[in-house]
Amino acid sequence: MIDAATLDPTMRPFWEGVRLGEIRVQRCAACGSHQFYPRPFCLRCDGTTLAWVSASGLGVIHSLVTVHLPVIDDLAPPYRVALVELVEGPRFLGLVAADVEIGDRVSGRWLGSEPGTARLRFEAAP
Amino acid sequence: MSDLVEAVARHPLYIVGAAETPLGEVADESELSMVGLAARDALAEAGLTLRDVDGLFVNYMGEEGTVQVGEYLGIEPRYLDSSDLGGAAFEAFVGHAMTAVAAGRCEVALITYASRQRSLRSRRLVPAPSPFRQQLEDPYGLPVPIGYYALTAARHMHEFGTTRAQLAEIAVAARAWARLNPKAWARDPLTIADALASRPIVEPLHRSDCCLVTDGGGAIVITGAARARDAARAAVRILGAGEGQGAWDITQARDLTRSPGVISGREAFGAAGITPRDVDVLEPYDSFTITVLLALEDLGFCAKGEGGSFVEGGRLAPGGSLPSMTSGGGLSYCHPGALGLLLLIEAVRQLRGEAGERQVPDARIAVAHGVGGTMSTAATVVLARD
Ligand SMILES: [Zn+2]
Repeated sequence: MIDAATLDPTMRPFWEGVRLGEIRVQRCAACGSHQFYPRPFCLRCDGTTLAWVSASGLGVIHSLVTVHLPVIDDLAPPYRVALVELVEGPRFLGLVAADVEIGDRVSGRWLGSEPGTARLRFEAAP
Repeated sequence: MSDLVEAVARHPLYIVGAAETPLGEVADESELSMVGLAARDALAEAGLTLRDVDGLFVNYMGEEGTVQVGEYLGIEPRYLDSSDLGGAAFEAFVGHAMTAVAAGRCEVALITYASRQRSLRSRRLVPAPSPFRQQLEDPYGLPVPIGYYALTAARHMHEFGTTRAQLAEIAVAARAWARLNPKAWARDPLTIADALASRPIVEPLHRSDCCLVTDGGGAIVITGAARARDAARAAVRILGAGEGQGAWDITQARDLTRSPGVISGREAFGAAGITPRDVDVLEPYDSFTITVLLALEDLGFCAKGEGGSFVEGGRLAPGGSLPSMTSGGGLSYCHPGALGLLLLIEAVRQLRGEAGERQVPDARIAVAHGVGGTMSTAATVVLARD
């Protein structure tokens, strides 16, 4: 576990969302684009009115690897890690099941809620 | 043109000395003593001594790198650069040195590095923490850097149909060169079948796709024409240099299959006034096979997505049309955590005609291309035999 509130105050709303089961990203009021991680300005239009919104959790697997090394105590290799592009645009890492591949539509939910241990898990979506 | 650009054009610069530290497993030297040895060897080639050095460029040599190395060497240079651009720092330093010498800020630039990562068993799998990586990436157990390169390779395979056998071509080419280099660490024969059968580390990357973990380092000396005339060995002219950067966190990379080599290559080739067709020897950063594949595409040796078919048939191997990784590279010769300096040293050796059995006949133009972080930085240098 890490003390995210001290480490990075700009992420507090994100972690509040995780506790509610949400994947929160920023939305720009001026141009409607979504971005994550958070910044005090819009990367696309330089607007400064940004609000946290709950993303749909739906996305597409952009890339996918299988780790055969022991890296973390509670993840026994081999395990699969994906880079998922949400339909809103931002990308997240996530654990995935054996039955999905790059290009597949997936839907994500949180396992755990504490910064440093919370993980997204993505499963096949219709 | 700005005054500085004109000054760079007016004052041709040369690499006048290049030397490796002891390599492989170094039991009886420290990292600083290795730097001391290589620096003195490189300066001796140039007919210079440590007292002539007034510009110092180092990376990964401590918290305040130039201070710690300068103190050890007993020098007080007037131009200092410890920019951390990962393994690409050394190619970037060549560009920084060009600007510094042209601007009159220093006359004799020393670029140096050494690591005992193998002997110290200190290869860092997790780099200095970034707050976003700690919160969003570390919990997924993606080992750094290989997990990130594996994501790049998997995406390249998906998008362009690149195969593991094509990546294996790169490892096999590096090994074929290493077999011609008595200083190379891994010199056993390696076939495509061997590479395909090697154990998975982070799929799609297998053991044969990954660089060595060895001790090593080196030094190069850069100066202008006046002092280059006194050099004991043939001076190698620096035609151009460029650098670029992309993302640190993998979720922020805009395009996984496009590296900052697009920027550094454009700058370096543009400054040198050359195209990829003019290159006789290529020293790409081969931390992983996929790193080489992206370099070939991003530097313009082939179109985006065509790297896989480009490397087939031994094109990069001895006898191939684009001799690459001619020392055996990070995959088979030496990878001391940061490889960039060794790429420059090998390019110099090839251009001087000193490469022994692995010499590329009549090599006139060589390119060294460094990559740092997780495809985060790139820097490219074009060198020529005068
Ligand atoms: Zn906007």
